[in-house]
Amino acid sequence: MTDPVEKHPNEENFPAISVADLTVAYQDKPVLWDVDLEVPAGILLAIVGPNGAGKTTLIKAVLGLVSPAAGQVLIYGRPYAEQRRMVGYVPQRGSVDWDFPTSVLDVVMMGRYGSLGWIKRPGRQEHALALEALEKVGMLPFADRQISQLSGGQQQRVFLARALVQDAQIYLMDEPFQGVDATTERAIVTLLQALRKDGKTVVVVHHDLQTVSEYFDWVTLLNVRRVASGPVGQVFTEQNLRQTYGGRVAFLRNGADEGGNGGLHAGVAKDGTGSTSIIPDPGRTERS
Amino acid sequence: MDIGTLLHDLIFDYTLRTVALGAGVLGIVSGALGSFAVLRRQSLLGDAMSHAALPGIVISFLITRSKAPLPLMLGALVAGWLGTLAIMSIVRTTRIKYDSALGFVLSVFFGAGLMLLTFVQRLPDARQAGLDTFLFGQAAALLQRDVITMSILGGAAICILALFWKEFKLLSFDIEFGASVGFPMRLLDILLTTLIVVAIVIGLQAVGVVLMSAMLVAPAAAARQWTDRLGLMVAISAAFGSLAGVVGAVMSSMVPRLSTGPTIVLCISAVVLFSLLLAPNRGLVWNWARHQRNRRKLRLEAVLSDLYVLASQHEDQDHSHSIAVLKAMNRGQGGVKRSLDEMEARGWARQVQPQEWVLTSSGREEASRLHQDQEEVER
Repeated sequence: MTDPVEKHPNEENFPAISVADLTVAYQDKPVLWDVDLEVPAGILLAIVGPNGAGKTTLIKAVLGLVSPAAGQVLIYGRPYAEQRRMVGYVPQRGSVDWDFPTSVLDVVMMGRYGSLGWIKRPGRQEHALALEALEKVGMLPFADRQISQLSGGQQQRVFLARALVQDAQIYLMDEPFQGVDATTERAIVTLLQALRKDGKTVVVVHHDLQTVSEYFDWVTLLNVRRVASGPVGQVFTEQNLRQTYGGRVAFLRNGADEGGNGGLHAGVAKDGTGSTSIIPDPGRTERS
Repeated sequence: MDIGTLLHDLIFDYTLRTVALGAGVLGIVSGALGSFAVLRRQSLLGDAMSHAALPGIVISFLITRSKAPLPLMLGALVAGWLGTLAIMSIVRTTRIKYDSALGFVLSVFFGAGLMLLTFVQRLPDARQAGLDTFLFGQAAALLQRDVITMSILGGAAICILALFWKEFKLLSFDIEFGASVGFPMRLLDILLTTLIVVAIVIGLQAVGVVLMSAMLVAPAAAARQWTDRLGLMVAISAAFGSLAGVVGAVMSSMVPRLSTGPTIVLCISAVVLFSLLLAPNRGLVWNWARHQRNRRKLRLEAVLSDLYVLASQHEDQDHSHSIAVLKAMNRGQGGVKRSLDEMEARGWARQVQPQEWVLTSSGREEASRLHQDQEEVER
């Protein structure tokens, strides 16, 4: 590429994403209310919260896909429109028609369309990059497959590969773990870690509270308003979760009770056997 | 008329040549652009657009008092566009849903068009004669200048489609991702919709406003059956569209008083029917055959497995088992006898006496392999 991502001279001084006073409303119903959020560069951030909490809307507002009623979003200190190339996007898998007549490779190459600009068609270089990305998500053998022949997890990995070829600094992923098989979940986790190692910033809308402390560094608890945001160890507490989910979280405690509120993260992370676990009440947090 | 004469006339007979060329052009353009209308689930929008074009045609005639193709097509274009705009604004500003807005706009515009048409027909102006062919289409009335206008408009539409191919693909597959990488998706949407209106307008004179949307939807629906690639789908759709267009138009101009629109639509419907039934992979016949094959295979495996289980309950491997037992084990499934015959043909089982069956050694191997596979799947 002759047009590399242009870095802001003071890039280091800016957070990767900063959201200030963001309010988004559909008709009269506020979906996000006065949300402030700073995402430092180089972290894996999970956004969690109940359904209708505005998680997807937050991501879409960062990407400029929904226009906010108030507030602003900056990517490395500048508006999104100037920084598009720095951001890669993985939409919800269900947002497209998977019976569309196209191949896996073709979908992945769409990740290069932004850099290609108008009219220019993807060529040899885009082809190579797409194959490379497919290899990273373990989908190389499926390159020529029609996309309707993929399983849910495979579809997800195709979307991840498409974001990878965007060669971005920041990745926004909308529920990549939703309804995927174990292979795909492992592939995504490996990928997240590889991205962090490369110094990328990754923001993931996440549903499974049990894996938050295992997969992510930071967590943002969201329910229309921002409840809390920060390193998992400090923020992912029973009190904050209760505040986010209202009465909708059942806290199960087995074995030795560690007492204090901060014990949640420690309990899960230390022994991994789940001496302390949190499970959302399936009856009410199930997706509608 | 034999084929030789027909071919000769297609080349040398002015009327027939004009008709065939016109229908071919409209088929190519509507087939290619219709693919996008179908993939974007806007098939019915095409119907509303074409009906909405009628008042535009009549008003354009009232202003210019001529049936020159360009002003009429322009009138149709503007009216078709206004109709689309009306649908979009109704959906955006009121609680009325898309389908209701569509039906509403379609009938209001079409009603206004019919009213204007009857008004024009009572004018003491001989030039209006033939304006009503825009209802059901009259390919035989096509003039060379019409075909030239159609070709230029259609050619431009196809060129723009080819130019923005990548952008239109993105628009049709994943509009939000497209917006996130910086393409102005609303603008592209407007451009593609305009091209679809152009495709409709091109066909109005030959096919008519009532059935024009079929030329948009049917070739694309048929083409989708044959391929999983967008480029091929558009090409096949254009080919189907022009084939049906030419055949239908030529048929209708050789038979007196046969409306062109309905004839072309019947031709393309035949193509659709054929594709729905017989296309490999997606065709109904293909699916049915695959379904039957799977069912036979599953039945066979069930009987094989049952015989294996029965055999494992006996010390003596050659102990035979009654077909009645197997039938009871596969109640509601049927086909036990046929499965046994198939197993015998494959050398997996043999009949030791009437109605009594036993697995052969290769049958036992096959069954144990089957069990292992199943256990692996369960794990």
